[in-house]
Amino acid sequence: MSLSLRRIWGLMYRHLALYRRSWPRLLELTYWPTLQMCIWGFTSSFIASRMGVGGQVAAGLLLGGVLLWEVALRSQMGAAISFLEEIWSRNLGHVFVSPLRPWELVAALIAMSAIRMTIGVLPAVLLAWGLYAFNLFALGPVLILFTINLMMMGWWIALGVISLILRHGAGAEALAWSVLFGITPFAAVFYPVSVLPAVLQPVALALPAAHVFEGMRAALDTGVVRWDHLAWAAALNLAWAAAAVLLFARQFRVARERGALLSIGE
Amino acid sequence: MSDAIRVSGLTKRYGETLAVDDVSFAAARGQTIGLLGGNGAGKTTTIAMLMGLLIPTAGSIHVLGHDMARDRFAALARMNFSSPYVALPARLSVAENLRVYGHLYGVRGLEARIREVAGELDLLDLLERPAGQLSAGQKTRVALAKSLINRPELLLLDEPTASLDPDTGDMVRSWLERYRAASGCTILLASHNMAEVERMCSHVVMLKQGRIVDQGSPGDLLSRYGRDDLEEVFLDIARNRRESI
Repeated sequence: MSLSLRRIWGLMYRHLALYRRSWPRLLELTYWPTLQMCIWGFTSSFIASRMGVGGQVAAGLLLGGVLLWEVALRSQMGAAISFLEEIWSRNLGHVFVSPLRPWELVAALIAMSAIRMTIGVLPAVLLAWGLYAFNLFALGPVLILFTINLMMMGWWIALGVISLILRHGAGAEALAWSVLFGITPFAAVFYPVSVLPAVLQPVALALPAAHVFEGMRAALDTGVVRWDHLAWAAALNLAWAAAAVLLFARQFRVARERGALLSIGE
Repeated sequence: MSDAIRVSGLTKRYGETLAVDDVSFAAARGQTIGLLGGNGAGKTTTIAMLMGLLIPTAGSIHVLGHDMARDRFAALARMNFSSPYVALPARLSVAENLRVYGHLYGVRGLEARIREVAGELDLLDLLERPAGQLSAGQKTRVALAKSLINRPELLLLDEPTASLDPDTGDMVRSWLERYRAASGCTILLASHNMAEVERMCSHVVMLKQGRIVDQGSPGDLLSRYGRDDLEEVFLDIARNRRESI
């Protein structure tokens, strides 16, 4: 294993060891996605029972939206909260004086985010299949592209949140939980972009998630893969990720100039 | 061979506040050098700049021959740091903590090294205990074990015996002296404990309000100020009494 991979693994091991010793943290990973699936699953069942075939389609779109949005949410929270764990344990000083490069730190946070997302969302996917007869995998191979795009969106938003924490300290940590909820209305998770007021539609279309969910609705509703939306989602993700990386690099340097790495927990 | 540490014109300014003001000093390899000063003297700021945690406003830092402004990661792999004010993850066991840092520092034969350093610091019975459940003395020894996991050529210690009882403090100091003699490691020690600095350091840098007000061997400083111990020298400097001597 190269030294770089070892350093990334070292930070991942720190978090995996933590989860092994902390069942509340493991429970927290699955709690919200499962709870969300229960609430939206029963809601979807009710809609389907009252509205016939149209209701069943709408129910499927709702459940697909809930599950895929959890992918973005858990990916974003997974990376941001893993960073916060270092602040909470007052360990950041040791991490930043080790030979760990900033990009290796980000790589470790992303890897942990992928693990946390899988542990969190998989039970909800199985619950949807077992309780509500909704099989997300029926979307076919395009599901992989939807998932990757939503994970990427979660990661660059997390990088933005971490940058704000580096700039403003732990006072900005609430963003780790709240920022993606604030984006939900514009992400077109449960309704098409066309439903939004005209002035808000460009905002929605600037988000990769809106294109993913337009694509998901097309795939579930008509079985058509909307490659145009997927291409937009990927391109937007790359552009936003580049901006987030620049922001992170800038804020990391500012934190080193201001001494924030010494007192970030305050 | 270059010095372990060479600092020249080091300055750190936060807005109007000058935390470190034109500080220059050097530490030869294998030497224990002390940074001495009261609260706010600039010790921690200087150490943070030596580790690359803080970017200086002006000046240069060379550690083990590496320019910290350009090549800090090469230096960081060869040095380490311990402070009672920077914690290790409390829920992880001692062995898990050492494993994390062993990976971060790319230590070869990691499991053997963990047992070796745990044996040297009398931690073998504590390896499976969560770090957060240890006493202050045990935590200090774990922090030292972490700082030695990569066999550093330069060890930065920020008040390593703060909060320790006299017996444990003496044990740690003795151990550090033996370790330095055996490994040839350079140690930079920032401390309020004058007796500790006098005992361990061959060169002392006295800081006050971010500036070096004096430096030399403990013996030189004692004779220069006509005092019996460094604590009296420290008080002379802190209270501007040198002129009256």
